[in-house]
Amino acid sequence: MRLPGELSMKDRLTDELVAMRVAKELSPGDYCNLGIGIPLLCAAYIPEGVIIQSENGVLGYGPVYDATMIEQIDPDIADAGMRYLQHVPGMSFFDTLTSFVMIRAGRLVSVLGGLQVSEKGDLAVHSLGEDAGLPHIGGSMDLAWGAKRVIVAMTHNAKDGKAKVVRELSLPITCRKSVNLIVTDLAVIKVTNQGLVLIEYAPGWNSEEILARTDAPMTVAPDAHEIEF
Amino acid sequence: MSGKVTTAAEALSVLHDGVCIAANFWGPGTPNYLWHILLHKSIKDLTICVNNYVPKTDATKEKGAPDPSLVLSQTKKIISAFTARPRDDLPIMTEIMKRVAEGTLEFESMSHGILIERLMAGALRLGGIYSPIGAGTAIEQGKEKRIINGREYIFQEPLIPDVGLVSAAKADIFGNLVYHGTARANNPIIAMASRYTIAEVFEIVEPDKLEPDAIVTPGIFVDKIVRIPENNTASKQRRMEWIRASISYREKQKMDEAAEIEAARGIIYERQANR
Repeated sequence: MRLPGELSMKDRLTDELVAMRVAKELSPGDYCNLGIGIPLLCAAYIPEGVIIQSENGVLGYGPVYDATMIEQIDPDIADAGMRYLQHVPGMSFFDTLTSFVMIRAGRLVSVLGGLQVSEKGDLAVHSLGEDAGLPHIGGSMDLAWGAKRVIVAMTHNAKDGKAKVVRELSLPITCRKSVNLIVTDLAVIKVTNQGLVLIEYAPGWNSEEILARTDAPMTVAPDAHEIEF
Repeated sequence: MSGKVTTAAEALSVLHDGVCIAANFWGPGTPNYLWHILLHKSIKDLTICVNNYVPKTDATKEKGAPDPSLVLSQTKKIISAFTARPRDDLPIMTEIMKRVAEGTLEFESMSHGILIERLMAGALRLGGIYSPIGAGTAIEQGKEKRIINGREYIFQEPLIPDVGLVSAAKADIFGNLVYHGTARANNPIIAMASRYTIAEVFEIVEPDKLEPDAIVTPGIFVDKIVRIPENNTASKQRRMEWIRASISYREKQKMDEAAEIEAARGIIYERQANR
Protein backbone atom coordinates (compact mmCIF):
# COMPACT_ATOMS: atom_id res chain seq x y z
CA MET A 1 0.00 0.00 0.00
CA ARG A 2 1.26 3.47 -0.81
CA LEU A 3 0.70 6.73 1.00
CA PRO A 4 -1.03 9.42 -1.01
CA GLY A 5 1.65 11.41 -2.81
CA GLU A 6 4.28 8.81 -2.16
CA LEU A 7 6.77 8.70 -4.98
CA SER A 8 8.60 5.47 -4.43
CA MET A 9 7.00 2.13 -5.19
CA LYS A 10 8.56 0.45 -2.20
CA ASP A 11 6.97 -2.73 -1.03
CA ARG A 12 5.67 -3.12 2.47
CA LEU A 13 5.76 -6.53 4.13
CA THR A 14 2.91 -8.86 3.34
CA ASP A 15 0.66 -10.07 6.18
CA GLU A 16 2.44 -13.45 6.01
CA LEU A 17 5.85 -11.83 6.49
CA VAL A 18 4.56 -9.79 9.46
CA ALA A 19 3.20 -13.03 10.92
CA MET A 20 6.58 -14.76 10.34
CA ARG A 21 8.38 -11.97 12.19
CA VAL A 22 5.90 -12.13 15.12
CA ALA A 23 6.33 -15.91 15.28
CA LYS A 24 10.07 -15.38 15.95
CA GLU A 25 9.10 -13.80 19.29
CA LEU A 26 7.70 -17.10 20.54
CA SER A 27 9.81 -19.93 21.94
CA PRO A 28 9.06 -23.56 22.76
CA GLY A 29 7.21 -23.76 26.07
CA ASP A 30 5.38 -20.46 25.51
CA TYR A 31 1.60 -20.43 25.70
CA CYS A 32 0.02 -17.97 23.31
CA ASN A 33 -3.32 -16.67 22.17
CA LEU A 34 -3.64 -15.45 18.59
CA GLY A 35 -6.21 -12.78 17.74
CA ILE A 36 -8.22 -12.51 14.54
CA GLY A 37 -6.44 -11.24 11.41
CA ILE A 38 -2.65 -11.16 11.01
CA PRO A 39 -2.10 -12.80 14.46
CA LEU A 40 -3.95 -15.95 13.37
CA LEU A 41 -1.56 -16.29 10.43
CA CYS A 42 1.27 -16.77 12.95
CA ALA A 43 -0.05 -20.26 13.68
CA ALA A 44 1.65 -21.49 10.51
CA TYR A 45 5.08 -20.14 11.53
CA ILE A 46 5.43 -20.56 15.29
CA PRO A 47 8.13 -22.94 16.45
CA GLU A 48 7.24 -26.45 17.52
CA GLY A 49 6.55 -26.58 21.26
CA VAL A 50 4.59 -23.31 21.41
CA ILE A 51 1.15 -24.08 22.78
CA ILE A 52 -1.81 -22.16 21.35
CA GLN A 53 -4.85 -21.23 23.42
CA SER A 54 -8.26 -20.18 22.15
CA GLU A 55 -10.54 -18.29 24.52
CA ASN A 56 -13.59 -20.45 23.80
CA GLY A 57 -11.89 -23.25 25.73
CA VAL A 58 -9.04 -25.14 24.10
CA LEU A 59 -5.33 -25.30 24.81
CA GLY A 60 -2.76 -27.05 22.66
CA TYR A 61 -4.07 -27.10 19.15
CA GLY A 62 -2.27 -27.25 15.87
CA PRO A 63 -3.58 -27.77 12.39
CA VAL A 64 -7.13 -26.93 11.39
CA TYR A 65 -9.15 -29.06 9.00
CA ASP A 66 -9.26 -28.01 5.41
CA ALA A 67 -11.96 -28.68 2.87
CA THR A 68 -10.45 -32.02 1.85
CA MET A 69 -10.94 -33.44 5.34
CA ILE A 70 -14.59 -32.54 5.97
CA GLU A 71 -15.54 -36.06 7.00
CA GLN A 72 -13.08 -36.05 9.90
CA ILE A 73 -14.44 -32.79 11.35
CA ASP A 74 -15.89 -32.91 14.83
CA PRO A 75 -18.46 -30.05 14.94
CA ASP A 76 -17.84 -29.62 18.67
CA ILE A 77 -14.11 -28.91 18.37
CA ALA A 78 -13.37 -25.45 17.01
CA ASP A 79 -11.41 -22.32 17.94
CA ALA A 80 -12.85 -18.85 18.51
CA GLY A 81 -12.54 -18.16 14.80
CA MET A 82 -14.84 -21.18 14.16
CA ARG A 83 -12.07 -23.15 12.50
CA TYR A 84 -12.43 -26.89 13.11
CA LEU A 85 -9.43 -28.34 14.92
CA GLN A 86 -7.54 -31.57 14.64
CA HIS A 87 -6.62 -33.57 17.73
CA VAL A 88 -3.02 -33.15 18.85
CA PRO A 89 -1.17 -34.69 21.82
CA GLY A 90 -1.45 -32.59 24.96
CA MET A 91 -4.70 -30.91 23.88
CA SER A 92 -7.14 -29.92 26.63
CA PHE A 93 -10.66 -28.53 26.79
CA PHE A 94 -12.15 -26.35 29.52
CA ASP A 95 -14.92 -23.88 30.20
CA THR A 96 -14.63 -20.15 29.55
CA LEU A 97 -14.18 -19.33 33.25
CA THR A 98 -10.98 -21.42 33.25
CA SER A 99 -10.06 -19.86 29.93
CA PHE A 100 -10.28 -16.31 31.27
CA VAL A 101 -8.31 -17.30 34.34
CA MET A 102 -5.53 -18.37 31.93
CA ILE A 103 -5.86 -15.10 30.07
CA ARG A 104 -5.74 -12.90 33.17
CA ALA A 105 -3.11 -14.86 35.09
CA GLY A 106 -0.17 -13.60 33.05
CA ARG A 107 0.67 -17.01 31.65
CA LEU A 108 -0.03 -16.30 28.00
CA VAL A 109 1.69 -14.28 25.33
CA SER A 110 -1.05 -12.41 23.50
CA VAL A 111 -0.73 -11.54 19.84
CA LEU A 112 -3.43 -9.03 18.95
CA GLY A 113 -4.31 -7.01 15.90
CA GLY A 114 -4.32 -3.25 16.27
CA LEU A 115 -6.14 -0.16 15.04
CA GLN A 116 -3.90 2.26 16.98
CA VAL A 117 -1.07 1.98 19.49
CA SER A 118 0.11 5.00 21.47
CA GLU A 119 3.65 5.85 22.49
CA LYS A 120 2.79 4.70 26.02
CA GLY A 121 1.62 1.31 24.78
CA ASP A 122 -2.11 2.09 24.97
CA LEU A 123 -4.01 -0.16 22.57
CA ALA A 124 -7.12 0.43 20.48
CA VAL A 125 -8.34 -2.67 18.72
CA HIS A 126 -12.02 -3.34 19.38
CA SER A 127 -13.82 -0.39 17.84
CA LEU A 128 -13.60 2.23 15.13
CA GLY A 129 -16.00 4.25 17.26
CA GLU A 130 -18.61 4.61 14.50
CA ASP A 131 -21.20 2.31 16.04
CA ALA A 132 -20.76 3.10 19.70
CA GLY A 133 -22.94 0.99 21.90
CA LEU A 134 -22.64 -2.23 19.94
CA PRO A 135 -20.29 -4.73 21.53
CA HIS A 136 -17.12 -5.71 19.69
CA ILE A 137 -14.81 -6.22 22.65
CA GLY A 138 -14.84 -10.02 22.82
CA GLY A 139 -11.79 -11.11 24.77
CA SER A 140 -9.51 -8.27 23.64
CA MET A 141 -9.62 -6.25 26.89
CA ASP A 142 -8.87 -9.32 28.99
CA LEU A 143 -6.06 -10.44 26.67
CA ALA A 144 -4.41 -7.00 26.52
CA TRP A 145 -4.68 -6.56 30.30
CA GLY A 146 -3.74 -10.04 31.45
CA ALA A 147 -1.10 -11.40 29.11
CA LYS A 148 2.51 -11.56 30.27
CA ARG A 149 3.51 -10.01 26.97
CA VAL A 150 1.39 -8.24 24.36
CA ILE A 151 2.55 -8.18 20.75
CA VAL A 152 0.52 -6.15 18.29
CA ALA A 153 0.65 -7.21 14.64
CA MET A 154 -0.81 -4.63 12.29
CA THR A 155 -0.24 -2.47 9.23
CA HIS A 156 1.85 0.63 9.93
CA ASN A 157 -0.68 2.94 8.31
CA ALA A 158 -4.44 2.81 7.87
CA LYS A 159 -5.98 2.48 4.39
CA ASP A 160 -6.19 6.28 4.14
CA GLY A 161 -2.48 6.54 4.98
CA LYS A 162 -2.97 7.77 8.58
CA ALA A 163 -0.36 6.60 11.06
CA LYS A 164 -1.52 3.88 13.44
CA VAL A 165 1.38 4.39 15.84
CA VAL A 166 0.35 7.64 17.51
CA ARG A 167 1.04 10.00 20.42
CA GLU A 168 -2.48 9.67 21.86
CA LEU A 169 -5.25 7.29 20.80
CA SER A 170 -8.20 8.87 19.01
CA LEU A 171 -10.17 5.60 18.87
CA PRO A 172 -11.92 3.92 21.83
CA ILE A 173 -9.32 2.50 24.21
CA THR A 174 -9.09 -1.27 24.64
CA CYS A 175 -6.40 -1.24 27.32
CA ARG A 176 -3.96 1.32 28.68
CA LYS A 177 -0.21 0.70 28.87
CA SER A 178 -0.42 -2.87 27.67
CA VAL A 179 1.58 -3.26 24.45
CA ASN A 180 5.19 -4.49 24.65
CA LEU A 181 6.07 -4.88 20.99
CA ILE A 182 4.62 -3.59 17.73
CA VAL A 183 5.29 -5.47 14.51
CA THR A 184 4.06 -3.70 11.39
CA ASP A 185 4.55 -4.05 7.66
CA LEU A 186 7.35 -1.45 7.97
CA ALA A 187 9.00 -1.88 11.34
CA VAL A 188 9.47 -3.61 14.66
CA ILE A 189 9.01 -1.15 17.53
CA LYS A 190 9.62 -1.74 21.22
CA VAL A 191 7.46 0.06 23.78
CA THR A 192 9.68 1.06 26.72
CA ASN A 193 9.30 3.31 29.75
CA GLN A 194 11.41 5.83 27.83
CA GLY A 195 9.06 5.69 24.84
CA LEU A 196 9.04 3.96 21.47
CA VAL A 197 12.25 2.48 20.10
CA LEU A 198 12.61 1.44 16.47
CA ILE A 199 14.62 -1.77 16.49
CA GLU A 200 14.06 -3.21 13.01
CA TYR A 201 12.91 -1.90 9.67
CA ALA A 202 11.52 -3.58 6.55
CA PRO A 203 13.98 -4.30 3.74
CA GLY A 204 14.46 -1.25 1.56
CA TRP A 205 13.19 1.22 4.18
CA ASN A 206 15.18 3.52 6.46
CA SER A 207 14.37 5.02 9.83
CA GLU A 208 13.56 8.53 8.47
CA GLU A 209 10.95 7.09 6.11
CA ILE A 210 9.40 5.10 8.94
CA LEU A 211 9.43 8.08 11.34
CA ALA A 212 7.69 10.12 8.64
CA ARG A 213 4.86 7.57 8.66
CA THR A 214 4.58 7.50 12.45
CA ASP A 215 2.68 10.06 14.55
CA ALA A 216 4.64 9.62 17.77
CA PRO A 217 8.16 10.40 18.90
CA MET A 218 10.42 7.42 18.44
CA THR A 219 14.11 6.85 18.99
CA VAL A 220 16.16 4.59 16.77
CA ALA A 221 18.08 1.83 18.54
CA PRO A 222 21.85 2.09 17.95
CA ASP A 223 21.84 -1.45 16.62
CA ALA A 224 18.67 -1.08 14.54
CA HIS A 225 18.77 -3.42 11.56
CA GLU A 226 16.76 -4.86 8.74
CA ILE A 227 14.01 -7.31 9.78
CA GLU A 228 15.09 -10.93 9.56
CA PHE A 229 12.57 -13.72 9.23
CA MET B 1 -37.22 -40.94 39.38
CA SER B 2 -35.98 -37.40 39.53
CA GLY B 3 -38.56 -36.21 37.01
CA LYS B 4 -36.03 -33.97 35.31
CA VAL B 5 -36.22 -35.59 31.89
CA THR B 6 -38.91 -33.87 29.86
CA THR B 7 -39.78 -32.24 26.55
CA ALA B 8 -38.52 -28.85 25.42
CA ALA B 9 -42.08 -27.46 25.39
CA GLU B 10 -42.69 -28.53 28.99
CA ALA B 11 -39.27 -27.38 30.18
CA LEU B 12 -39.75 -23.95 28.62
CA SER B 13 -43.38 -23.60 29.76
CA VAL B 14 -42.34 -21.79 32.96
CA LEU B 15 -40.93 -18.89 30.94
CA HIS B 16 -42.88 -15.67 30.85
CA ASP B 17 -42.56 -12.16 29.42
CA GLY B 18 -39.61 -10.19 30.67
CA VAL B 19 -37.33 -12.99 31.87
CA CYS B 20 -33.55 -12.88 31.52
CA ILE B 21 -32.17 -15.85 29.59
CA ALA B 22 -28.49 -16.79 29.41
CA ALA B 23 -27.06 -19.16 26.84
CA ASN B 24 -24.34 -19.64 24.30
CA PHE B 25 -25.51 -18.09 21.07
CA TRP B 26 -22.67 -18.99 18.78
CA GLY B 27 -20.40 -21.89 17.98
CA PRO B 28 -19.99 -25.26 19.68
CA GLY B 29 -22.04 -25.57 22.86
CA THR B 30 -24.97 -23.48 21.66
CA PRO B 31 -28.32 -24.99 22.77
CA ASN B 32 -29.73 -24.68 19.26
CA TYR B 33 -32.73 -26.93 19.88
CA LEU B 34 -33.95 -24.98 22.93
CA TRP B 35 -33.33 -21.66 21.18
CA HIS B 36 -35.51 -22.80 18.28
CA ILE B 37 -38.41 -23.80 20.50
CA LEU B 38 -38.01 -20.67 22.62
CA LEU B 39 -37.99 -18.39 19.61
CA HIS B 40 -41.27 -19.79 18.42
CA LYS B 41 -42.96 -19.26 21.76
CA SER B 42 -45.04 -16.16 22.14
CA ILE B 43 -43.10 -14.49 24.91
CA LYS B 44 -41.60 -11.06 24.66
CA ASP B 45 -39.53 -8.37 26.37
CA LEU B 46 -36.75 -10.85 26.97
CA THR B 47 -33.30 -9.94 28.17
CA ILE B 48 -30.84 -12.28 26.53
CA CYS B 49 -27.39 -12.70 27.93
CA VAL B 50 -25.08 -14.22 25.32
CA ASN B 51 -21.33 -14.20 24.75
CA ASN B 52 -21.57 -13.57 21.09
CA TYR B 53 -24.57 -12.17 19.20
CA VAL B 54 -23.46 -12.78 15.64
CA PRO B 55 -25.96 -12.71 12.84
CA LYS B 56 -24.67 -14.87 10.00
CA THR B 57 -24.71 -13.85 6.37
CA ASP B 58 -24.05 -17.25 4.94
CA ALA B 59 -27.49 -18.85 4.55
CA THR B 60 -26.12 -22.36 4.79
CA LYS B 61 -24.54 -21.62 8.13
CA GLU B 62 -27.78 -20.41 9.68
CA LYS B 63 -29.28 -23.86 9.66
CA GLY B 64 -29.20 -25.22 13.16
CA ALA B 65 -28.24 -21.89 14.72
CA PRO B 66 -30.79 -19.58 16.34
CA ASP B 67 -32.33 -17.00 14.04
CA PRO B 68 -31.18 -13.57 15.22
CA SER B 69 -34.17 -11.79 13.69
CA LEU B 70 -36.54 -13.89 15.79
CA VAL B 71 -34.47 -13.10 18.85
CA LEU B 72 -34.77 -9.46 18.03
CA SER B 73 -38.54 -9.47 17.79
CA GLN B 74 -38.82 -10.94 21.29
CA THR B 75 -36.03 -9.03 22.94
CA LYS B 76 -35.81 -5.72 24.75
CA LYS B 77 -32.22 -6.09 25.88
CA ILE B 78 -29.14 -7.96 24.71
CA ILE B 79 -26.19 -8.38 27.05
CA SER B 80 -23.24 -9.42 24.93
CA ALA B 81 -19.48 -9.27 24.50
CA PHE B 82 -19.47 -9.34 20.75
CA THR B 83 -21.54 -8.73 17.67
CA ALA B 84 -20.98 -8.30 13.95
CA ARG B 85 -20.06 -4.89 12.60
CA PRO B 86 -22.85 -3.18 10.68
CA ARG B 87 -22.50 -4.23 7.07
CA ASP B 88 -24.61 -3.84 3.97
CA ASP B 89 -25.06 -7.58 3.61
CA LEU B 90 -26.37 -7.86 7.18
CA PRO B 91 -29.72 -6.03 7.10
CA ILE B 92 -30.39 -7.17 10.66
CA MET B 93 -27.55 -4.96 11.90
CA THR B 94 -29.31 -1.95 10.36
CA GLU B 95 -32.46 -3.03 12.19
CA ILE B 96 -30.50 -3.30 15.45
CA MET B 97 -28.95 0.16 15.03
CA LYS B 98 -32.41 1.58 14.29
CA ARG B 99 -33.97 -0.02 17.36
CA VAL B 100 -31.08 1.06 19.58
CA ALA B 101 -31.44 4.62 18.25
CA GLU B 102 -35.21 4.73 18.84
CA GLY B 103 -34.73 3.22 22.30
CA THR B 104 -36.73 0.00 21.87
CA LEU B 105 -33.64 -2.18 22.20
CA GLU B 106 -30.87 -1.92 24.72
CA PHE B 107 -27.42 -3.34 24.04
CA GLU B 108 -25.18 -3.80 27.06
CA SER B 109 -21.63 -4.23 25.92
CA MET B 110 -18.76 -5.69 27.90
CA SER B 111 -15.70 -7.88 27.51
CA HIS B 112 -16.21 -11.64 27.46
CA GLY B 113 -14.17 -11.90 30.67
CA ILE B 114 -16.44 -9.39 32.44
CA LEU B 115 -19.51 -11.34 31.33
CA ILE B 116 -18.00 -14.53 32.78
CA GLU B 117 -16.93 -12.92 36.06
CA ARG B 118 -20.35 -11.30 36.51
CA LEU B 119 -21.99 -14.72 36.03
CA MET B 120 -19.47 -16.17 38.48
CA ALA B 121 -20.33 -13.43 40.97
CA GLY B 122 -24.01 -14.28 40.44
CA ALA B 123 -23.33 -17.99 40.91
CA LEU B 124 -21.53 -17.32 44.20
CA ARG B 125 -24.24 -14.82 45.20
CA LEU B 126 -21.63 -12.11 45.70
CA GLY B 127 -22.72 -8.51 46.06
CA GLY B 128 -20.54 -7.61 43.11
CA ILE B 129 -16.91 -7.61 42.16
CA TYR B 130 -14.08 -5.16 41.58
CA SER B 131 -12.67 -6.00 38.18
CA PRO B 132 -9.45 -4.62 36.72
CA ILE B 133 -10.66 -5.03 33.14
CA GLY B 134 -11.70 -1.87 31.35
CA ALA B 135 -10.06 0.69 33.66
CA GLY B 136 -9.44 3.84 31.62
CA THR B 137 -11.88 2.71 28.91
CA ALA B 138 -15.57 3.24 28.11
CA ILE B 139 -16.34 0.28 30.42
CA GLU B 140 -15.86 2.47 33.51
CA GLN B 141 -18.49 5.03 32.51
CA GLY B 142 -21.09 5.41 35.24
CA LYS B 143 -19.45 2.78 37.44
CA GLU B 144 -17.76 3.05 40.81
CA LYS B 145 -13.97 3.07 40.59
CA ARG B 146 -11.63 2.07 43.34
CA ILE B 147 -7.88 1.89 43.79
CA ILE B 148 -6.81 -1.30 45.56
CA ASN B 149 -3.10 -1.81 46.26
CA GLY B 150 -2.25 0.86 43.73
CA ARG B 151 -4.32 -0.67 40.91
CA GLU B 152 -7.55 0.60 39.42
CA TYR B 153 -10.67 -1.53 39.67
CA ILE B 154 -14.23 -1.08 38.44
CA PHE B 155 -17.30 -2.29 40.29
CA GLN B 156 -19.33 -4.84 38.34
CA GLU B 157 -22.71 -6.10 39.41
CA PRO B 158 -23.45 -9.83 39.55
CA LEU B 159 -25.60 -11.41 36.86
CA ILE B 160 -28.18 -14.00 37.89
CA PRO B 161 -30.17 -15.09 34.82
CA ASP B 162 -33.72 -16.28 35.46
CA VAL B 163 -33.22 -19.11 33.02
CA GLY B 164 -30.04 -20.73 31.73
CA LEU B 165 -30.10 -22.84 28.59
CA VAL B 166 -27.14 -25.17 28.30
CA SER B 167 -25.94 -27.74 25.83
CA ALA B 168 -24.08 -30.88 26.88
CA ALA B 169 -22.95 -34.11 25.28
CA LYS B 170 -24.54 -36.46 27.81
CA ALA B 171 -26.71 -36.39 30.90
CA ASP B 172 -27.95 -39.03 33.29
CA ILE B 173 -31.42 -38.79 34.85
CA PHE B 174 -29.96 -36.90 37.83
CA GLY B 175 -28.93 -34.09 35.53
CA ASN B 176 -25.20 -34.72 35.82
CA LEU B 177 -23.60 -33.37 32.66
CA VAL B 178 -20.50 -34.14 30.65
CA TYR B 179 -19.38 -32.03 27.73
CA HIS B 180 -17.43 -32.71 24.59
CA GLY B 181 -14.62 -30.58 23.12
CA THR B 182 -15.08 -26.83 22.94
CA ALA B 183 -18.85 -27.29 23.34
CA ARG B 184 -18.20 -26.83 27.07
CA ALA B 185 -17.68 -23.08 26.53
CA ASN B 186 -19.90 -20.93 28.79
CA ASN B 187 -22.27 -23.78 29.67
CA PRO B 188 -20.92 -24.76 33.13
CA ILE B 189 -20.93 -21.16 34.42
CA ILE B 190 -24.39 -20.48 32.94
CA ALA B 191 -25.72 -23.64 34.63
CA MET B 192 -24.32 -22.52 37.98
CA ALA B 193 -25.41 -18.87 37.77
CA SER B 194 -29.00 -19.34 36.59
CA ARG B 195 -32.00 -19.73 38.88
CA TYR B 196 -33.52 -22.39 36.60
CA THR B 197 -31.38 -24.38 34.19
CA ILE B 198 -32.53 -26.44 31.24
CA ALA B 199 -29.99 -28.74 29.58
CA GLU B 200 -30.33 -30.04 26.06
CA VAL B 201 -28.26 -33.17 25.47
CA PHE B 202 -27.43 -35.45 22.60
CA GLU B 203 -27.77 -38.53 24.79
CA ILE B 204 -29.40 -39.50 28.11
CA VAL B 205 -27.56 -42.45 29.62
CA GLU B 206 -28.24 -44.96 32.42
CA PRO B 207 -27.31 -43.65 35.90
CA ASP B 208 -24.22 -45.88 36.14
CA LYS B 209 -22.88 -44.88 32.73
CA LEU B 210 -21.37 -41.52 33.67
CA GLU B 211 -17.99 -41.68 35.36
CA PRO B 212 -18.32 -39.55 38.55
CA ASP B 213 -14.77 -38.27 37.97
CA ALA B 214 -15.75 -36.97 34.55
CA ILE B 215 -18.87 -35.01 35.53
CA VAL B 216 -18.38 -31.28 34.97
CA THR B 217 -21.80 -29.93 35.93
CA PRO B 218 -23.31 -31.79 38.90
CA GLY B 219 -27.04 -32.47 38.63
CA ILE B 220 -27.94 -30.04 41.40
CA PHE B 221 -27.52 -27.20 38.88
CA VAL B 222 -29.81 -28.79 36.30
CA ASP B 223 -33.59 -28.52 36.66
CA LYS B 224 -34.74 -30.03 33.38
CA ILE B 225 -33.13 -32.32 30.79
CA VAL B 226 -34.26 -32.38 27.19
CA ARG B 227 -32.95 -34.80 24.60
CA ILE B 228 -32.36 -33.41 21.11
CA PRO B 229 -34.48 -35.45 18.65
CA GLU B 230 -32.46 -37.40 16.07
CA ASN B 231 -33.81 -35.56 13.06
CA ASN B 232 -33.67 -32.08 14.58
CA THR B 233 -31.47 -29.40 12.99
CA ALA B 234 -29.49 -29.34 16.24
CA SER B 235 -28.59 -33.03 16.01
CA LYS B 236 -25.05 -34.11 15.19
CA GLN B 237 -25.91 -35.56 11.77
CA ARG B 238 -27.77 -32.45 10.68
CA ARG B 239 -24.99 -30.21 11.97
CA MET B 240 -22.45 -32.20 9.95
CA GLU B 241 -24.67 -31.75 6.93
CA TRP B 242 -24.63 -27.98 7.21
CA ILE B 243 -20.93 -27.88 8.06
CA ARG B 244 -20.29 -29.77 4.80
CA ALA B 245 -22.59 -27.41 2.96
CA SER B 246 -21.07 -24.27 4.45
CA ILE B 247 -17.48 -25.42 3.89
CA SER B 248 -18.09 -26.28 0.26
CA TYR B 249 -19.96 -22.97 -0.07
CA ARG B 250 -16.95 -21.10 1.35
CA GLU B 251 -14.54 -23.08 -0.82
CA LYS B 252 -16.59 -22.17 -3.85
CA GLN B 253 -16.57 -18.52 -2.76
CA LYS B 254 -12.78 -18.67 -2.38
CA MET B 255 -12.45 -20.21 -5.82
CA ASP B 256 -14.74 -17.54 -7.26
CA GLU B 257 -12.61 -14.85 -5.60
CA ALA B 258 -9.41 -16.43 -6.92
CA ALA B 259 -10.95 -16.57 -10.39
CA GLU B 260 -11.91 -12.90 -10.11
CA ILE B 261 -8.38 -11.95 -9.07
CA GLU B 262 -7.00 -13.98 -11.95
CA ALA B 263 -9.40 -12.25 -14.31
CA ALA B 264 -8.44 -8.82 -12.92
CA ARG B 265 -4.76 -9.70 -13.38
CA GLY B 266 -5.46 -10.63 -16.96
CA ILE B 267 -6.98 -7.20 -17.52
CA ILE B 268 -4.00 -5.47 -15.90
CA TYR B 269 -1.54 -7.46 -17.98
CA GLU B 270 -3.50 -6.70 -21.10
CA ARG B 271 -3.44 -3.00 -20.31
CA GLN B 272 0.29 -3.08 -19.74
CA ALA B 273 0.76 -4.93 -23.02
CA ASN B 274 -1.33 -2.32 -24.80
CA ARG B 275 0.83 0.57 -23.65
